[in-house]
Amino acid sequence: MENRPFIYLDNAATTSVRPEVLTAMEPFFKESYANPASIYQFAQNTHKMLDESRETIANCLGAKPQEIYFTGGGSEGDNWAIKGVAYALKDKGKHIITSKIEHHAVLHTCEFLEQQGFDVTYLDVDEDGLVTPEQLEAAIRPDTILVTIMAANNEIGTIEPIRELGAVAHKHGVLFHTDAVQAFAHIPISVEEDNIDLLSASGHKFHGPKGVGFLYIREGVKLPPLIHGGAQERSKRGGTHNMPGIVGMATAAKLACEQMEKNAEQEKELRDYLIQRLEQEIPYVKVNGHRTKRLPNNVNVCFRFIEGESLLIMLDQKGICGSSGSACTSGSLDPSHVLLAIGLPHEIAHGSLRMTLSEQNTREEIDYTVDSLKTIVETLRSMSPLYEDFVKNN
Amino acid sequence: MTARRSRNRACTKIMKETVVVGMSGGVDSSVAALLLKERGYQVIGVTMHLFDALENNSCCGIQGIEDARRVASLLGIPFYVMNFKEVFSKKVIDYFVREYQQGRTPNPCIACNRYVKWEALLEKSRSIGADYLATGHYARIRQLSNGRYAVCCSRTAAKDQTYALYNLTQEQLKHTLMPIGNYEKEEVRRMAAQMGLAVAEKPDSQEICFVEDGDYAAYMSRYTGTTEQSGYFVDQTGRILGEHKGISHYTIGQRKGLGLSLGHPVYVTEIRPNTREVVIGEEKDLWGTHLMAEQLNYMGAAQFVPGQRMLAKIRYSHKGEWCRVSSAQGGRLEIEFENPVRAVTPGQAVVFYDRDVVLGGGVIVDSED
Repeated sequence: MENRPFIYLDNAATTSVRPEVLTAMEPFFKESYANPASIYQFAQNTHKMLDESRETIANCLGAKPQEIYFTGGGSEGDNWAIKGVAYALKDKGKHIITSKIEHHAVLHTCEFLEQQGFDVTYLDVDEDGLVTPEQLEAAIRPDTILVTIMAANNEIGTIEPIRELGAVAHKHGVLFHTDAVQAFAHIPISVEEDNIDLLSASGHKFHGPKGVGFLYIREGVKLPPLIHGGAQERSKRGGTHNMPGIVGMATAAKLACEQMEKNAEQEKELRDYLIQRLEQEIPYVKVNGHRTKRLPNNVNVCFRFIEGESLLIMLDQKGICGSSGSACTSGSLDPSHVLLAIGLPHEIAHGSLRMTLSEQNTREEIDYTVDSLKTIVETLRSMSPLYEDFVKNN
Repeated sequence: MTARRSRNRACTKIMKETVVVGMSGGVDSSVAALLLKERGYQVIGVTMHLFDALENNSCCGIQGIEDARRVASLLGIPFYVMNFKEVFSKKVIDYFVREYQQGRTPNPCIACNRYVKWEALLEKSRSIGADYLATGHYARIRQLSNGRYAVCCSRTAAKDQTYALYNLTQEQLKHTLMPIGNYEKEEVRRMAAQMGLAVAEKPDSQEICFVEDGDYAAYMSRYTGTTEQSGYFVDQTGRILGEHKGISHYTIGQRKGLGLSLGHPVYVTEIRPNTREVVIGEEKDLWGTHLMAEQLNYMGAAQFVPGQRMLAKIRYSHKGEWCRVSSAQGGRLEIEFENPVRAVTPGQAVVFYDRDVVLGGGVIVDSED
């Protein structure tokens, strides 16, 4: 136990705060604690940093600063965008289109709207998790008011063709929202070229702090306020600004966008090395998600005859942090809706392992992980009645 | 460096045994984890996620998970939540609903112990490298002189939980620890308080965990999505006495909630699922000396033989009555009690004891079958 290493392969769940980010945040806990809404000079530097942060984020997306609204995170952005459009356009129509593999922040919001009398189409995905523009076009109706499709999937890493999907939506005069929580600051996104009207993102997915995010709202798109009670965020999201969070997120976004190409290359190399070793050295392993239209840092595999929960616990005992699907607050695992949607049978959907890298991971860590997995998978299979039956019959 | 190396060598030499403790967040399982840790085991805390409910304060609910997590962190042991919703739904809830629909009175705790805790959880615990599964049951496990493992009553007669454990297999018992069986409830509460467990004052869990409000019938119609058909109350001669709400609302010996006013206390004496009749009788009709059981499990005893004299409990709260085996063949056991017992209830378990040792048991079946 004592010499147990610590290998963090769950960067899709959250990331470490970069030292530069922490340094940028610090003054806003200490000397620059002013409320940016105040009139005295003491608050002016704070206000300036708020503006600069907004501009930084906007620059990462090719957006205008006034189109960036700071939020408390990704789920808040998803909720605001979807419920906001539903509320604003309910007289125009009550139909929303999304996909079956969205994050629960989108799916549960849609389910809530269904209870309120909205009609939601959940598009199927193919075996790689892709939604096609043709599918979307076929689903659009005269009363469709919103299309919300994620930029990249949090579990299997598949990157959706949002540019084409956004174009289809716009062709029919429908607003297009994308949950870019996993994609923003990891792959290039441009709100103009990618036909995006609304985009949600979250600070802690790219080495920024937790509890802060933003929603991009295209100029001219009218969303009702999310939080009443203050003039912050153009009176749409009241509440004193989370200055350390906002500055931290902007700093992290700036660094991530500047180094995007380099980081992505590095992560891709590690990702492909990890996948290659797993496929070559462990029998009956299946890689989930698209091979190339894939987030640079995502690996998602199923080891047949093995149950994900035991696998994760044994990895944890070896000091490796991985995950399986999306974890609920209790920490217990349900079969992943994403893996079910890409057509995996129920028992396999229960046995997936997601490893999400960052540029801080090393080849040595990947080697240790694969070596550990080989032992663990062998142990678990030796105890699996499913595997025993399989070996007998083959 | 030298120091570290020698320490590592010492560690591998001793090789602590690993035990998974099923933690509900309550006093008993928390103290079980504490005791095992003090005894030098490598302890891993696990809470089972068994079902989802909107509001839930019972042992298996989200609050229980949070309590267990806090206890584990206080003890400094690793803690995991494991998902057993599928097996729980199949082996416990489905069974529970089916039994009531068939006019029997199920015991879901027994099913949960056998199939969820000691099958699914034990298997998973073994798969992550544990040698044992431990729980906070007030019971003890001993290997008897005949070589068999058996659950034995705890030191606290008032808090005996052996009845619901009669159905465990020899293999399961071999890998099970029940550390609090040697303590009184008060001692356990005191130990919890001493280590600063916030759970020390929590009341004991009661009733059936997945039926939050205790309304089984409403739960069943929600679960099955159907409304139960009503039927008739009849007397012993078949005369109709009134209409009832559906057989699943009733259990043998029930007096309250019948909605019948016949001028004297009446009781449910029999439930006939085929005709949906609930038979009503008097107190004396509930008493009998005969019982038949199936789905037998042998624990302390390798078998039951005609003439064998044992103490039998026919429900959780029953203090027990002496009986003799009158026949035991084809997986069916018939016994005669020395004194009449009240309300022999099909679906409930009959559990046999030799002093404090559980010999085995089975599921009570309708003698008319």
